[in-house]
Amino acid sequence: MSIDMEQFHQVFFEESFECLDAMETGLLNLDMGAVDSEEINTIFRAAHSIKGGSGTFGFDNVAAYTHVMETLLDEMRDGRRDVTQQAVEVLLGSVDCLREMLNAIEAKEPVDESRVAEHKKSLETELNSAQSTTDESESTPVVQEAVTPEPTVAASIEASVLASPVVWDIKFVPHEDLLVTGNDPVRMFRELAELGKLDVTINLEGLPDNLDGLNPEFCYLAWDLVLTADVGKDEIDDVFAWVEDECDLSIVLRDPVVVPLNNTDDTQALVLPEIVAPVQEVMAAAEEITEPEPTEESVEITDETTVIVAPKEKSAEKKKAASHTASIRVDTGKIDGLINMVGELVIIQSMLSLAGENFSTDNLDRLKLGLSQLERHTRELQESVMNIRMLPINFVFSRFPRLVHDLSLKLEKKIELKLVGENTEVDKTVIEMISDPLVHLVRNSLDHGIEIPEERLKKGKPETGSITLAAYHRGGNIVIEVKDDGKGLNKEVLRQKAIEKGLIADNAILTDKQIYHLIFMAGFSTAEKLTDVSGRGVGMDVVRRNIQELGGSVEIDSELGVGSTMSISLPLTLAILDGQSITVGDETYIIPLSAIVESMNMEEGQINHVVGKGEAFLLHGEYLPIIRLHEIFNITSVKSSNLIEGTVVVVDGLDGSRCGLFVDELLGQQQVVIKSLEKNYRSIDGISSATILGDGSVALILDIPGLIKLSNQ
Amino acid sequence: MDSSAMTQYLTFDLLGEMYGVEILKVKEIRGWEEIRDIPNTPDYIKGALNLRGEIIPIVDLRVRFMMGEVTYTPITIIIILAVQTDTGETVIGIVADAVSDVLDISRDDIQEKPNLGSKIDMQFMLGLSVTADNMVMLLDVDKVLNPNYFEGLPSILS
Repeated sequence: MSIDMEQFHQVFFEESFECLDAMETGLLNLDMGAVDSEEINTIFRAAHSIKGGSGTFGFDNVAAYTHVMETLLDEMRDGRRDVTQQAVEVLLGSVDCLREMLNAIEAKEPVDESRVAEHKKSLETELNSAQSTTDESESTPVVQEAVTPEPTVAASIEASVLASPVVWDIKFVPHEDLLVTGNDPVRMFRELAELGKLDVTINLEGLPDNLDGLNPEFCYLAWDLVLTADVGKDEIDDVFAWVEDECDLSIVLRDPVVVPLNNTDDTQALVLPEIVAPVQEVMAAAEEITEPEPTEESVEITDETTVIVAPKEKSAEKKKAASHTASIRVDTGKIDGLINMVGELVIIQSMLSLAGENFSTDNLDRLKLGLSQLERHTRELQESVMNIRMLPINFVFSRFPRLVHDLSLKLEKKIELKLVGENTEVDKTVIEMISDPLVHLVRNSLDHGIEIPEERLKKGKPETGSITLAAYHRGGNIVIEVKDDGKGLNKEVLRQKAIEKGLIADNAILTDKQIYHLIFMAGFSTAEKLTDVSGRGVGMDVVRRNIQELGGSVEIDSELGVGSTMSISLPLTLAILDGQSITVGDETYIIPLSAIVESMNMEEGQINHVVGKGEAFLLHGEYLPIIRLHEIFNITSVKSSNLIEGTVVVVDGLDGSRCGLFVDELLGQQQVVIKSLEKNYRSIDGISSATILGDGSVALILDIPGLIKLSNQ
Repeated sequence: MDSSAMTQYLTFDLLGEMYGVEILKVKEIRGWEEIRDIPNTPDYIKGALNLRGEIIPIVDLRVRFMMGEVTYTPITIIIILAVQTDTGETVIGIVADAVSDVLDISRDDIQEKPNLGSKIDMQFMLGLSVTADNMVMLLDVDKVLNPNYFEGLPSILS
């Protein structure tokens, strides 16, 4: 009756990665001078959860490794060891190492043992470095007493215990009514026998003296079992899971002295049982600890406290966006809201069906009322469902403190990272896609933007540079800013570089904006020398492409010597779009509202013809080309090809180019649900996707930048 | 596969000619309804249809095979088919004048693609099945309806 543990693995990995993130944040926040014990507690708890979980699931190498970390942390927690920068670095390194191990296990790949051993060694060196003032009489948790005195030995014994065959003594005394409940001991023994070598001895003591008193439905037998198998207690427990309450069961690990261990000397053998028991206790305790946490945490998601300061509360959000898990954690409040809404919907449904059943013109009003309520509730329901996909941008932001910490050490720069608006909510897809571009921008700011301390002091700036990551809503968009107070972009250098690389002509006249945008061109790098941080000139073009794929745009603002700001503007959600429906002939199209600047009716004389073919008109001092949608899409049913009779919608391509789109008529504005055209067909130039209108018919959504490109061909 | 194993084919009428598709590929059959044009696509892509929230392209094989003048009447039907492509399953609809029958055809009874001269390309056919009163052309759905082949594809008449 063994339960398939693999089904819980995903949850374990998710939680472990969260714990790792929490540990990382905690470690970065440790202030060397004044250590906050709560902070260390948080880190300790996270390590402990991972150890417990990995033990439960049989990832013994992870458990053994975490155990060493835990020992170190525990000493720090008890104040027996000072928190040094070096120790923190070692711990940070081991967090990375653990993450690699878990990643490897999750992908079912072999763990890089040599790397693990190397990290473990540095951990142990740190652990053994003089500072530890362990006193055996001190009242420390039971694990510590056994392990702290000689951590290296202990750890290695623990590993060898877990690796060598184990003998379990199982005493199984079923209650009389075991068979009545439909359980069969033979089946359980068979299952045990599958785990390893099983010796069964029957114990007849329970049999009644007088056979007359024997109830054939009762079980009077008891068994002593000896199982030689390299399994954990929990696996044996699994077998007995269904009869737990119907028997007296004791499962004891036989004194390992009898197990021939390689190179085991007496001292080790003696230490062994002491260690194993506590380890089991810890594992059991860890299970208990990890269980209640999720509920507590998911309730706290909406807590407005800053993440960096309170990693415990926020640990639920620490899940790395890049890990591409298919599940998301949702604030219980949101779910409650949904359930509420569905309840309302059911009420209205019954109200409407009642009104429909005994329909008379008298309750027409009630019917109308019901319908209007239905409409409102449907909209609310839609909004709440969309809301579930919304996650705080913190999912992305939370990785940056570590990144900045590591890079600033590497680059020998002093940098302070400020996070603003990390609770701003964004669609999950946006979160997944935006993290790589953001990392790129931040690395660039660090590497190219912020100057080295001496240079900063020379310029009269504070020694410590600052990078601000900010997120906020603006209209239907979310704006993410990466702002630094570094040296800023040098327009002249950019220009020269572009000319050098043949990206622009040497007499080209460019606006400031256009010059800044040069950095997004492939193969463009102004860094004097390549570093492994950045400077190869790939990347920025990828950044821009990624952002454009999300339907967003990047803007750069910079002042030489003062700093630069990159603002990424993204739509809030990718599943719903505010659209303006338009008609051309018999066809209905949707233009994304965000792309529309204004719409106007042309007047005679406003239109200028260029070289007989092209058409342009003057708007706010700028000549804009006119694109006739019916020509591009070969629509023959167009009402009128006379520009004056139709409507011109001024639209904005992402790169700042505007044009007038000539259509027959504007219909209304509405929110449309985006449906993929590519799923069953393929992408079409000038069309981004499709949607379904209120009458069930399909309408295509225009891709404005694509249209402009199409018209240029 | 056992060569005498029976496979069921749905047969339908395209301007008087009988065509068949494997019945397991058929998702549903619907009546004709107005569908939305997709601009700048080959003329045999009639447009897109809303099938319970999914956007399904509709192909008119009569136009594809250049069979002549086509009409859309109230009895025109759309057969929704599941097409296997390299990237997975896509759903595509085809227009037919009428659905005829479901035939059990054993593999033995399917004649290899006949060589009808260089004028007709048989690459989209599985073969021919000749019954007592009719000849059915069995279509290779995965080929003829693969969106990757839609554009720039040599027409069926070489």
